[in-house]
Amino acid sequence: MKETLLLTKHMRENPENSHLIEVYEKNNGYSAARKVFKENNPGDVIEEIKTSNIRGRGGAGFPTGVKWGFLAEDEERYLVINADESEPGTFKDRILLERDPHQLIEGIIVTSFASNISKAFIYIRGEYAKPARRVQDAVEQAYEKGYLGKNIFDSGKDLDVVVHLGAGAYICGEETALLNSLEGRRGEPRLKPPYFPAVKGLYNKPTLVNNVETISSVPWIINNSGKDYAKLGVEGSTGTRIFSLSGHVNTPGNFEIEMGCSFGEFIDNFGNGIKENKSVKAYIPGGASAPWFTGEQLDIKMTIDDVANAGSMLGSGAVVVMDEDTNLVLAAKSIVSFFAHESCGQCTPCREGTTWLEMILERIASGRGRTSDIDLLLDVCDNISPGLAWPPQMTTICPLGPSAVSPITSLMGSFREEVESLLPKKVLINNE
Amino acid sequence: MSWDSKLIDRAKEIIELYPQKRSALGPLLYLAQEKEGYIDDDSVVEISKLIGITEVQVRSVASFYTMYKQEPSGKYLLSVCKSISCEINNSKEVIDNIKEFTGLANNETDIESTFTFEEVECIGACGGAPAVQINYETVEGVTPTKALELCKYLKEEVPEVIVADELQDKFGGTKSFDWAIEDNSGTSSTAPGFQIIGTSEEK
Repeated sequence: MKETLLLTKHMRENPENSHLIEVYEKNNGYSAARKVFKENNPGDVIEEIKTSNIRGRGGAGFPTGVKWGFLAEDEERYLVINADESEPGTFKDRILLERDPHQLIEGIIVTSFASNISKAFIYIRGEYAKPARRVQDAVEQAYEKGYLGKNIFDSGKDLDVVVHLGAGAYICGEETALLNSLEGRRGEPRLKPPYFPAVKGLYNKPTLVNNVETISSVPWIINNSGKDYAKLGVEGSTGTRIFSLSGHVNTPGNFEIEMGCSFGEFIDNFGNGIKENKSVKAYIPGGASAPWFTGEQLDIKMTIDDVANAGSMLGSGAVVVMDEDTNLVLAAKSIVSFFAHESCGQCTPCREGTTWLEMILERIASGRGRTSDIDLLLDVCDNISPGLAWPPQMTTICPLGPSAVSPITSLMGSFREEVESLLPKKVLINNE
Repeated sequence: MSWDSKLIDRAKEIIELYPQKRSALGPLLYLAQEKEGYIDDDSVVEISKLIGITEVQVRSVASFYTMYKQEPSGKYLLSVCKSISCEINNSKEVIDNIKEFTGLANNETDIESTFTFEEVECIGACGGAPAVQINYETVEGVTPTKALELCKYLKEEVPEVIVADELQDKFGGTKSFDWAIEDNSGTSSTAPGFQIIGTSEEK
């Protein structure tokens, strides 16, 4: 099994200087931008993206072309690149920002052309200072060349790009929270409706919010064709995808593959197996929000639909592998603590619920658990996400709270004995 | 301290980049942090005047985000990741070692103002777990022993500029991916080493 390099081709071939505009241009860079301005038909660009069937790479997997089609008419429209990558296990956007920022900028130019946008923002998480510097340098290079600014590519159109640094809030990856943050407010998700920022987004104006990987795919699709892109991968999960592999594997990293192989093949092939030749106890298929699969479920195919049918999600494409010796209660606690820490605090089930889950898991892990704790955990979970179903039922404005339920249902579903072994035995009254 | 005219000009330039003034609030808070090491009261006043919102509104936003520090930090802000990939790759021992060396608990600053220590959630370095940040510059694959050496180095050598590549060479191990591009940029404050305007001059 081999990688299929679309987005990571340029950086692989020019490891020392793929971030420089002259190197990018020498390798056919900005040809997609030139092409769309020459052909001058925005509708065709949107059609091409629709044909490619690319689905958003941020986690929700919404068809990108459809999203672009929603964008309401208005004189003022915005494009916002969501580079607030913070889902535990995910580091794929980081490599795109650090090593190929011009690919993203070209994607922004093409997207803005297609949707008649003249102002774009790249919202990068605060912890990515170094990637942000690279992107800023690249933006400045693009301005110097006349690819950004006034009358870009002599087309008569203007496009300004601003790199905006976040400040350490996972919740700002939720698109409406991101928009609030970009407006200089607390990063709290907005009430829905309105459902789509494409209708009312930044400053209440129509706004496209797209992930870094999604927009970085746009130049390839334009240079080749939507049809060619759709030939890659499988139906419903077309194209390539960059998966971040971490945890107890020998060789962690980002790997760009066509969707469709199994998790087992992926872990063996690219992770080179598990450290110290151990076996897989459990793995997370799509970031911390996704329910876990067990070591017996390694033949599930890595497509959006296959993973969904098996009861989880491909999410942000972060595969975290846990070996046979992993303390899964501590692993679950780590994930629940994450959500408790990152809860914005607006909705009671999430704010209070995640904190309670964290406290209960903490006492179980440290040997102070109570026999009633499993029921209590599940009860709290049921209050955050009624029925504990997947995809989760919502009691909250955004999916953060229900995401904290995933590790607990996974733990109780497949590893309940491990939790029980940490709890005191039930005392039998009257020797029954 | 109140802001001098140079800083105010820089702030105004940043505000110009946005369609609405308030959007510049985040970057302006970083300006304050770069200058003072935290969001001090005078900066809150300056920012509220520049943007035209109340001081409470500025504080309300500043206190929402973990990277805006409400209290003075040490010269080096040590942030150790404890999210899932780091957790299962022994970040606890890294945390314990740093705590022991510095004598600090989570979110504390030592009396010499050398170190501030914090346990943080995912910093996007999962392939290089366990990972730490020093003034928001990432070092990956930091073993518990290397973490101690890193602390000693900072305490004894007191580098003015924190450069991720340099520290990675000295104290890092497995990386999330090949960094490939040689990079000497870094930061000289506890604010992340990035400003929309002025980053390139500072390098």
